This record gives sequence, structure tokens and C-alpha cells, in this order.
Amino acid sequence: MAPDGNMTNGFKVVGTRPKRPDGIDKVTGRAKFGADATAPGMLHASIVRSPHAHAKILKIDTSKAEALKGVKAVVTRADFAEGLTGENWNILENVMASDTALYDGHAVAAVAATTALGARDAAKLIEVEYELLPHVTDVDKAMADDAPVIRAGAADKSVPEGLHPNVVRYHESGHGDVDKGFSEADLVVEDSFKTEATHQGYIEPHACLAQLGSDGKGEVWCCTQGHFNVQKVCAALVGTDSSQIRVTPSEIGGGFGGKTVVFIEPVALALSRKANRPVKLVMSRSEVFRATGPTASTSIDIKIGMTREGKITAAQGVFRLQGGAFPGAPMEFTAMCAFAPYSLENVHQVGYDVMSNRPKQAAYRAPGSPMAAFAVESVIDELCNKLDLDSIEVRLKNASKEGTKASYGPKFERIGLVETLEAAKAHPHLTSPLAEGQGRGVSCGFWFNHGGETAVSLALSEDGTVAISVGTPDIGGSRASMAQMAAEELGIPYESIRTTVADTATLGYNEISHGSRVTYASGLATIKAARDAVKKLCGRAAAKWGIDEDAVVWEDGCAKPSGPNAGDFEPLPLAKIARSMGRTGGPIVGHYEATPEGAGVSFATHIVDAEVDKETGQTKIVRYTVVQDAGKAIHPTYVEGQFQGGAAQGIGWALNEEYIYGEDGRLQNSGFLDYRIPVASDLPMIDTVIVEVPNPGHPYGVRGVGETSICPPLAAIANAVSNAAGVRLTELPMSPPRILAALDAQANG
Amino acid sequence: MDYHTPGSFEDAAAIAAKAEGVTRFLAGGTDVLVQLRADMVTPDVLIDIKQIAGVKDIAREEGGWRIGAAVSGAEMTEHNELDQEWPGVVEAMDLIGSTQIQGRATLVGNLCNGSPAADSVPALVAAGASVSVVGKSGTRKMPVEDIPAGPGKTNLEKGDVVSAVHLPARGDNAGDAYLRFIPRTEMDIAVVGCAVNLRLDGGKVIEARVSLGAVAPTVLLVEDAAQAIVGTSLDEAALEALAAAASSACNPIDDKRGTIAFRTHVAGVLAKRAAKIAYERAGGAK
Repeated sequence: MAPDGNMTNGFKVVGTRPKRPDGIDKVTGRAKFGADATAPGMLHASIVRSPHAHAKILKIDTSKAEALKGVKAVVTRADFAEGLTGENWNILENVMASDTALYDGHAVAAVAATTALGARDAAKLIEVEYELLPHVTDVDKAMADDAPVIRAGAADKSVPEGLHPNVVRYHESGHGDVDKGFSEADLVVEDSFKTEATHQGYIEPHACLAQLGSDGKGEVWCCTQGHFNVQKVCAALVGTDSSQIRVTPSEIGGGFGGKTVVFIEPVALALSRKANRPVKLVMSRSEVFRATGPTASTSIDIKIGMTREGKITAAQGVFRLQGGAFPGAPMEFTAMCAFAPYSLENVHQVGYDVMSNRPKQAAYRAPGSPMAAFAVESVIDELCNKLDLDSIEVRLKNASKEGTKASYGPKFERIGLVETLEAAKAHPHLTSPLAEGQGRGVSCGFWFNHGGETAVSLALSEDGTVAISVGTPDIGGSRASMAQMAAEELGIPYESIRTTVADTATLGYNEISHGSRVTYASGLATIKAARDAVKKLCGRAAAKWGIDEDAVVWEDGCAKPSGPNAGDFEPLPLAKIARSMGRTGGPIVGHYEATPEGAGVSFATHIVDAEVDKETGQTKIVRYTVVQDAGKAIHPTYVEGQFQGGAAQGIGWALNEEYIYGEDGRLQNSGFLDYRIPVASDLPMIDTVIVEVPNPGHPYGVRGVGETSICPPLAAIANAVSNAAGVRLTELPMSPPRILAALDAQANG
Repeated sequence: MDYHTPGSFEDAAAIAAKAEGVTRFLAGGTDVLVQLRADMVTPDVLIDIKQIAGVKDIAREEGGWRIGAAVSGAEMTEHNELDQEWPGVVEAMDLIGSTQIQGRATLVGNLCNGSPAADSVPALVAAGASVSVVGKSGTRKMPVEDIPAGPGKTNLEKGDVVSAVHLPARGDNAGDAYLRFIPRTEMDIAVVGCAVNLRLDGGKVIEARVSLGAVAPTVLLVEDAAQAIVGTSLDEAALEALAAAASSACNPIDDKRGTIAFRTHVAGVLAKRAAKIAYERAGGAK
């Protein structure tokens, strides 16, 4: 094997299913999550939050709280850095309101006390005087002329004149001539769609323990998808240098994008600095719902033209995303992903980023893409039904391939959409009979995937075992897959390698675990770090044998002379070289730092059967199959888990999950009782098919898999439900009252 | 917070009568402890009744059953005789919460929490169950339907404590059933609940009680719905009349769990479905 080359077969460890390294810790309860960190003298903190959707903060009186026994510090906005600009200002404004509370749950003050109950009691004693302002929580209403302005001047230069100040960013893309395309169609279908905000629903609430001295040196232990980002943001918000804040990530009880954001760590640091004690801050579930990022809610218009033979002649979409009280709703991703699965001559998409009095949206698994697929694939399903065409054949006919000019601009490299459609077509699910009251839906989905700044180091121990340090928190089994990739390169057993998610002082900057980037980017860096170590191992062998380094190769875990001309030496196994490394040149460490840019895009096709009780509007998902291109599945069990997890979260989003705001702008369902994520008995066993079309940008062909899996479910389920109910559902969630209302409306003409 | 563990219901009632501030009785704690943790209700006086003799017993009584105030749902579900006689009551209780909650939750707690959506209450009302209330002037019996007064409120007075639930003798050719609507399959709160209890004679319904939950400020006993099926063999016309009567008895609200239109319609659907199950359990062929 060439040391820098790609390999797509002949794997020994990659593609197998070894035991997960964190398994014992997690089943025994030994694993340390965010709230498990403690320190001597630790205080407990509580955050005071606005009960109003939009209100001017006239006065904050902390005197009664400060007088309470056990209270050691109270902070308000005045205790954070001043003069911030850009995104840091936005983050601070969200972490602690300045003069205006922008949503129900917006933090306005915080208190630290010797007990958690004491902190809670003290928080109640902080008196905040508000002047109520008009509010808006719906995306369409927030764009209307009479909508209250959330923040004047928040719009950037992309926004055309004449739009409401709540529209803060604008996107337009596409190619061809859609009017010409629509005129060539035999049928044009146009429809409007809405999706509600949903929460990532991670089981572990945000939690941290933080310490900050008057000298500006700080420590943070927290549950996050990206501790280097926590370091950077915390340093800015409390006004110290990045290198003075060391952040150590805990185990993570789910993130799904929602833990890419900083909420509580700067608050705990500010309290700690004031109290001169470590401070622990743990969110309640209600706080998680009210004040951490759900995804954006949307309002979408789609228009697609098709010939009788099923060729799409033109497609256009308008995507309005409400992202809460700050700019940043991922409308450009929505617009760019919408038609990506299809090779289109004429396509046009417009996106609006709209502010409202809701919590700042956060990334949620392929942010923006699932909603786009819901709208687009619903219209394609409608076209297939009306033209009596097969839904898989139509998608195959229009599918993007290598060389297709993507709807969002670039030419696709090698991609696997056709392969997922062919695998779906061949799957027994697609031809299995449906029972009375059941309907079937299919959908494709697309996500970009991401590379990002990455640093990995790989250190040999004297006994021949290996410690890998990565800077990307393990949210999907990456400790196992890193060990597998290193084992493959080094030729040593998987069990001889331990992967650790190292703190911010150990490695160079690592971007957050997001964008389905970890198996791709940290994986690539691990492979390259292993190759760097191998080069050094070969060097030691060469020195010992007195031959050129170039004359040594690495095979099966041993250094060997490259051929008869190189000399006749016994192969040197890794353990033997490691044992003497102190005497032969010092510690052997492989490392790699880069910003890899070859993350291959990924496509999936899902098949769903749903059963609708027409008397009650209740939906049961009776069968579900995920087919997705993984490029190369390093640990297939984890890949299947990602496929199933995306489908499960999609089922919740499609059927019952929603943010419900009252007339007063307050969130009505800030708990798992009334924010209805699916329970185990709501789900069928989700079948998976791994398609492997290698990504040319990764040494083993890996494509990220974590996000694409949530792109097709909303649409596939909507198509199944609409086909079962006999009426097109255009609004999510498709809750029983909504389905019953749609059936009623149809019955009453 | 004062915490008491009285040895008798008389003592419990006396402590409650004297108590100042917010008083709560603690049996399973599946409402009280949750409300405490959620910072909704912090009692000043907490009276734990689990130390009182007999509170965890299910016993025969006048041909029917006496179910102690601290009997958990799991114990009811595993009680074969009770389940054979009152499957509707047992299944209603069994629908509440998770396996862990079932190990703690009680009928009396479900009743005294005062929720219009309590699952076990419509089943108890349809069954014609009553409760023993120990108070200042001794022990009295009250029909279950007389306890709820509105969301979170009961007709019990300060110093009253419920010591047990009484189910009447089952008798022959009778059956009960409870159904609720939730958007999921478990771990949820009823959007609509309906219990039907009936007795047959030769395939004809001769007695019936129909109760609805979550469609009004309190659980309802719907006489018109019962009358719609008495004297019938639960034919299609009777079922439609039952559904219409159940729907017209509804006085629900629009909220995060369901709309007025949805609850009103589904009450009728569930009444029909529950009646059919009760009918089959009573030995009627369908």
C-alpha cells in the first residue's frame, strides 16, 4: 500500500463491528456527564429568565437575593465584556440580555449560592421590572408590515429594499430560466407548506462546572459538541485570553447540533470570578426548551413542472425561516439543499432569514435541509400521483449524478444518489403489500457534509499500545472509528488503542463536532497521524539496520526491508521499536493538523409505510427503511445507528413534536410530557441499507452519515400519511387534530 | 417543610386539620414529588400515609373490593381476580406513566390530584366506585364522581383524607372498559378518556354507566350516553346515538393537547369503541 494513497478494499479492521470503548462506562454509570463534575468549595447557580416574549428591562434589583444566606454572587449583563461586535455580541446578548428581553426564557440575571435550592430561592428574590413590548412568534406574521421590530438595523446588506426589518438576511440562487421550464411542463404543481420548530431533544441538559480567577485564568468542564469553540466564546464574553481558559469536555448525552452553541459557561465563569469559587450550572429541562436552540420554523412555497414522462422541467422555491430573536436561521442551506437531489436545467430558490420573539435557533442535524425536502418531495409525490408515475422511477429519471451541475452551483463529484434509489427499488419493502388504511411514501434527501479545522495526535507507549488524542467530542462513536482507522494503518489490534477526547490545552484548534465531519475529518487526520508515526517507526528501523529510510516499508504492524536489495533483516514489530524508543531518538508521536476540504456530499432514500386512523387522526409508522450512501462504513453498527436515529427523530418531527406558543408569546410545552418526542413503542424496527460509493476526498472513502439521515423522513412520512389519508398534509407536525381537520375539510368540500 | 408519618388515618386527618399553609398527602408521590421538583408546589406540611396499616391491601369487601390508598398500579395489574372482575378499572390505572411510575402511582392519588384528564377516574366513575373519606367528624363514603371540583381542585375539605376506594360487587354478565386517546402509544396524558361499564341480559344492555375524561373541567358521568345504549344490543344505531350523546356532553378547551373540535369528535369515537369492548367482556357476541 502506498503510504499516501487511498484504499477502498482489503481492510482488516475497518468495516468490522468491535465493541464500543465507552460501553462499559455507560452501562455501569461510571461515565462522567456534564452535571457529574464537582470541585471543592463548589457553588450552585441558577439563572433568572424573562417570563415575557418581548419586554424592556427597566430595572433589576438584586439586593434581596444578595442578602439571602448562602448567596455568594449575582451577575447581570454588567458583569460581562463590553464592546463586543458581530457574532460575539449576538452570543452575549443571548447568554445575558442587556436592555431588552427578546423571548420567553431569555436570561436576565444569575445567582450562585452554596446549595442548588438556595440558588433557586435566591433567583426568585431577584426583582426585574419590565415594560411589555408587542411580540411576534410566527414567521409569516413576523414578515408582515404591522409586525413589531425585534431589533432595528439587524439586517445585513443582502436584504433587498422594501422588506420588513425583521428580514435580516436574503439568499437567491439557481440557474436556467424557470418560466421557460414551466411552459414546457405537462403539469405544474404549486403548494405552500409550514413546519414548526422542533428541539434536538438531547437527553442530557446543558451542564458545566467553571472556575475563573481574578488573574483571568479559568477552567471549564462541560458537555459540548465543541470545547475549542466554548474556549473561544467564553474568553471573549468574560474578557480574557483564549489560552487562559482550558475547557475539558465531558461525555455527551446527545447534541444533534444543539450543543454547538454556548449558553451557560460564560455565566458560570462570571459568577465564579465574582465569588472566587468554582460554580456549577445545570439547566432544567424547561430551561433547555425555553432558552436553547430549537430548529427554525418555516413557511415554504414550492412550484415544480413535470412532463408526462416524469422529467422535471423547472423548479422553484421560496423558503422563509424564523430563527428566533437573532440572525442566523439556516435559510441558505434550506434553499441550497431543496433541489440538490435533482439534475435540473431551470431552478430558482429564494431564502429569507426572519427574526421573531423566540429563542435563537441552533443547528439541528442537517440544519434547514429536512424542511426543504418535506416541501419539495411532497410536491414531487403529488406530481407522481397526478401523472400516475412511479415515485422511484421519476426520482431516478431526474437524479443528480457525477458531473451534474448542482441546484446550488458546483458540479457534483462522485455521488451515490442513483445507487440509493436502485437499492430502494430492489428492497422487498417497496413491493410489500399495504393493509387497509395504510399508505406508502418515499423521499430523497441531501446534505453537504463538512471538513473543518482538525488536529489529531497519536502517541506510542513503551508497551506498543497507542493513545490517540482527538479534539472532536464523540457524539456518534468516533472513539471506536478512530481506533479502527489507526489499527488499520498501524497493523495492531483495535484493543491496543485508546482514543481520548483531549482538552483545549492538548491539541491545536479543532472545529466543533458538527457537519457530519468527525469520521471524515478527524478520521482523515487520524489516518495521516498514524502514517506520520509509521514514517518515524520506519526511520528507527532504518537507523538500527543502517539502511536508508526509503528502504523500509511498514507491513502487518512491522517495519521490513523494502526488498532483497535493502538488506536481510528480521521484521521489527511496533512493540519492539516502541520499547527502545527512549534510547533511539525519543518518544514517537504522529500528528496531523489541517483543514480538509474533501468531505463528500451524501444522499439517502427512505421508504415509509404509515397507517392512519381516520376516526381519530392518529398515525402509526408501521414500516421504515433507510437507504443511504456512507462512502465507507468504518463501524457499520454506528452507521446503522445514525440512520435509525435520523429516522426516529424525523418521525417525531413529522408527527407530534412542535413548539407551541400561546397568545402571550410564552412557550406552552416546555417539558417532555407535552413536547412529544416518540417513545420506543411509537417506532417500528427501522431497517437500514448501507450503500458505499467512496468519497474521493477521504483515504478510505468515508462520507459523513449523521445528518443526511434526517433529511428525507419528514417528506417520506408526509407522503405516506397523505397517501393513507387520501388528503395532502402540508403542515408539520401532522398531529391527530390536524389530520382530522384536513379530513373534515376534504369531506366538506 | 414538616414531614409526618401518622399511624392512622384519624391521625393523618388531625394533622391536616391543624396544618397551616400548603398541605399535601404523600402516597406514591408521582404527582406531589414531580410538582415539588418542578417548583410548582412546595408543601409546608407533607403527610406520608404509607405507614398506616392496610394502605397497601387489596381486599374482598361485600362481594366487591376495597383498594387501600397506597396500592400501586402495578399491584392492581398483577391482581388476577381484580383484573377479571374490573378490567376497565385495572387497564385505566395501568395506562398511567411508565413501569417505574406504576410501582408507585395510586388510584387515590390520581383522583385527589384533581386532573380532568386522570385516566383511572372515568373508569372508577363508570364502575360506580366510592371512596372512604376520613375527616373531623369521622369516616364517610362519597361516590367518586363527587370528588373532583375542577382542574386541580376537589370537594374534599381541609382535614379530609381518602383512605380507600370501594368497587361494588361485579355481578353477572357485566363488563367494563376504558380507552384514552393520546398521540403517542404510551407515556402521555389523555386528550380524551372514556369508560363504559355495562350489564347484559340475553344480549341486551340492561344497565350502563358512561364516563368521559379530559373533555370538561371535571370527569363527567354522562347519563344520556348510558341511556342511548340501555335496552339495545349495541347495534349500529345505538352506537351512533351513544357517540352523539358523548360528544354533546363535552365542554372542552382548546389547548396544547387538543382542540375543542377534536376532543368533542373523539369522545364519541372512544365511547363507541369502549362500549364494544365492555359488551364483549360482558359476554355479548358481536
